[in-house]
Amino acid sequence: MPIGFTEIQETIRMVEMEHLDIRTVTMGISLRDCMDSDFDKLKENVYKKITHYAKELQTTADQVAEEYGVPIINKRIAISPVAELLGNASKQQVIELAKILDDAAKCLDVDFIGGFSALVHKGITKGDQALLSALPEALSFTERVCASISVATTKTGINMDAVASMGSIIKRTAELTKDHNSIGCAKLVVFCNPVEDNPFMAGAFHGTGEGEVVLSVGVSGPGVVLNALKKFPNADLGEIADVIKNTAFKITRAGELIGRVVAQRLNVPFGIMDLSLAPTNAMNDSVAEILEEIGLERVGTHGTIAALALMNDAVKKGGAMASSYVGGLSGAFIPVSEDNGMIRGIEDGALELSKLEAMTCVCSVGLDMIALDGSASEETIAAIIADEAAIGMINRKTTAVRVIPVIGKKQGESVEFGGLLGRAPIIGVSSFSSEKIIQRGGRIPAPIQSLTN
Amino acid sequence: MKKRAVVSVVGKDKVGIIAKVTNVLADNHINISDISQTILQDFFTMIMIIDIQDSSNINHLKQKFEPVEKELGLNINIQLEDVFQAMHRV
Repeated sequence: MPIGFTEIQETIRMVEMEHLDIRTVTMGISLRDCMDSDFDKLKENVYKKITHYAKELQTTADQVAEEYGVPIINKRIAISPVAELLGNASKQQVIELAKILDDAAKCLDVDFIGGFSALVHKGITKGDQALLSALPEALSFTERVCASISVATTKTGINMDAVASMGSIIKRTAELTKDHNSIGCAKLVVFCNPVEDNPFMAGAFHGTGEGEVVLSVGVSGPGVVLNALKKFPNADLGEIADVIKNTAFKITRAGELIGRVVAQRLNVPFGIMDLSLAPTNAMNDSVAEILEEIGLERVGTHGTIAALALMNDAVKKGGAMASSYVGGLSGAFIPVSEDNGMIRGIEDGALELSKLEAMTCVCSVGLDMIALDGSASEETIAAIIADEAAIGMINRKTTAVRVIPVIGKKQGESVEFGGLLGRAPIIGVSSFSSEKIIQRGGRIPAPIQSLTN
Repeated sequence: MKKRAVVSVVGKDKVGIIAKVTNVLADNHINISDISQTILQDFFTMIMIIDIQDSSNINHLKQKFEPVEKELGLNINIQLEDVFQAMHRV
């Protein structure tokens, strides 16, 4: 059946006016064959492999975007969790490796490379420890390297020793980058139940179950969903879910088509399609505004969780019909500093940290890009991570913490991260201590939900 | 590989839009297989389906349209038809 006039116009409007875009094409590259007992050789292998496989990523993606008329905003690289390569490496060597990764990203002109990661949800190996010790320096000496640390899973419980370390690593990273609003912390995610094929940063890494090289896609389009909803001001919630579902279907189909073409031209297998709505600071490209359009005066007020649950589920249903290979995190990303509606919610006093935590119970990801009072202690930050990990562990879902204690800033002030990372009002933390629970250490045992066999 | 692309032209209605736009296509030996045009809220809107031999020619064609876009105040887009098929047909 030929494509109709109105359908063509709808697609053009989505791209031109409503910010329909492919948020990221992310190439996953395994680095396991780069290991070598000589660390200099290892560094050389890593650099060569990344720059070889991703050499054409940028140009191919741009060319495909041009031909299909749908912009591809970011081209990124995810690598095997670096801790697996480290063996007996020293802290200094790990920092050198981070710089090599940064150089590779710059050489390829990709804005982020993810996978400076360790999976320590049950225990910490020598390599993991080397990576953890090097993290604050590595994040402050590099621009484009993203790190993620898994501290909990439903199957293993929560490694509270790792959680405690992360509290101090985040604090130390904030201190080291305090001249730049503690920006180092924006490149560090702490996970519970991480996924191996997430194309979105900062939490992307190329998991152990993945192949040599793979291309995955993350779409975006809160603006498209928002505009679709605006046409139905009096629809009931069932109809609202339907509108979101239909829109998500179209966005996902466009994303998968374009992802597959890029993968085919680069001659690498297509991995997954991540069905997440991801906001940007552009006008009307906000997830929070969708929730407000559903019927909230301000995001954060009573009813926010219900609206978010409805939206997130409808996006998944539409997307799951549209793509055969859905993966990644596939939920709603609501990084506070990157979403104008979320920023306004906090500034107006409608949205608080506790509500943000509650929101993560019904959508994927977690406390994302939240600027905290710089005086928050490492134990308090660790305890925030522990709470979020507990939500993920019990609900068998991914949760993550990417918070930035902005050194020198207090609640009520605001911070500008610049570029894609946006700006954020500073949120205060509880004045009561969580020191004891963090100092106890040990592991929170795997919950009864883990006993599924 | 032969492909079909959609050319969309939007702008304020003026004399000569169709002539100038289709001239660019003719000069570049591009066949138009379908064309439809309407005026929507004072805006001239035209959509054409064209045959192209090689999709990398799209960049080249976009450049050729630039002078016409400037002269007549138009917005001309070219996209491979596949993207519309993917979004609007199951």
